[in-house]
Amino acid sequence: MRYLIPLVLFLGLVVFLAIGLTRDPHEVPSPLINKPAPTFKLAQLADPSKTFSAEEMRGKVWLLNVWATWCFVCREEHPMLLEIQRSGAVPIYGLDSKDKREDAIAWLRELGDPYVLSVSDFDGRVGIDYGVYGAPETFLIDKNGVIRFKRIGPITPDVWQKEMLPLVKELNK
Amino acid sequence: MKPARPYQFLVLLFILCSAVVPARAEQARPVADDPVLEERVLNLSRELRCLVCQNETLADSRAELAVDLRNQVREQMKAGKSDEEIIAFLTARYGDFVLYRPRVRPVTYVLWFGPFIILLAGLVLLFKYVKRRRDVIVDTPLSAEERSQAKAILDTGTGKETA
Repeated sequence: MRYLIPLVLFLGLVVFLAIGLTRDPHEVPSPLINKPAPTFKLAQLADPSKTFSAEEMRGKVWLLNVWATWCFVCREEHPMLLEIQRSGAVPIYGLDSKDKREDAIAWLRELGDPYVLSVSDFDGRVGIDYGVYGAPETFLIDKNGVIRFKRIGPITPDVWQKEMLPLVKELNK
Repeated sequence: MKPARPYQFLVLLFILCSAVVPARAEQARPVADDPVLEERVLNLSRELRCLVCQNETLADSRAELAVDLRNQVREQMKAGKSDEEIIAFLTARYGDFVLYRPRVRPVTYVLWFGPFIILLAGLVLLFKYVKRRRDVIVDTPLSAEERSQAKAILDTGTGKETA
């Protein structure tokens, strides 16, 4: 019996470490979940004379996708964004982070434009307000302007089908 | 000519290195218009984690986000914000994870107090164990024969020759 105690302790440790191994340390839980999306007003990428503000989206469920031409994984994610756009499930707005305008426009021309519109966050300040630390990141914002979900890294078909789409449907009810 | 001894080579290496290091330090000195402010930025940045390369502080990291965040810290300090206000600004966006020194709050109780509880439990167990052993081991006085044997061992240094 007394020899069982170390074994039990050891197994407990193994279970804890095993759980730890399955978790991705790069996915830092955002404190912004279920908080109002930070406001911003930025120039639109396609036409810098026009601005876009998060406030304008009140009453709608929408995605804010942080992307950049220097972001390698964004290229990987791009087809999925186009697919979401085609499905018409939810409008996607782009926050183009720390890019040159010409580069960003060329990128959308080359790969297709999944966004209703993109805004230019030249100095990354709005990105910081949203707690962005690695593009791509995507925020799902509800009708009241509250962030309901954050995806760090590319939206994979799996994440979209299992996590995001059901939530979009629920929020649109 | 005799071959150079290893330590001569080391001395030479040492001289070369000490000649190189100050020159590099001269180059790497940061350009700061306000050394006091810069010192404050650096001190606070050492307490903050860079989220891109998570085992580096904001002060050490050369990631772009770290540079941006250091600039934010500098700007807010210039604007007269206190360190606490700046930490509040960053944790509101990035969570407590940016803090290298975790806050004491219910979720982190285990982290902060766990080791002390385990230490205390260990001491209690040790104390109990020692006490139990003390009760179990009975003092039995040596017999006359054992006593003389022990004496013989002590006198000669080793017991083997006399046994």
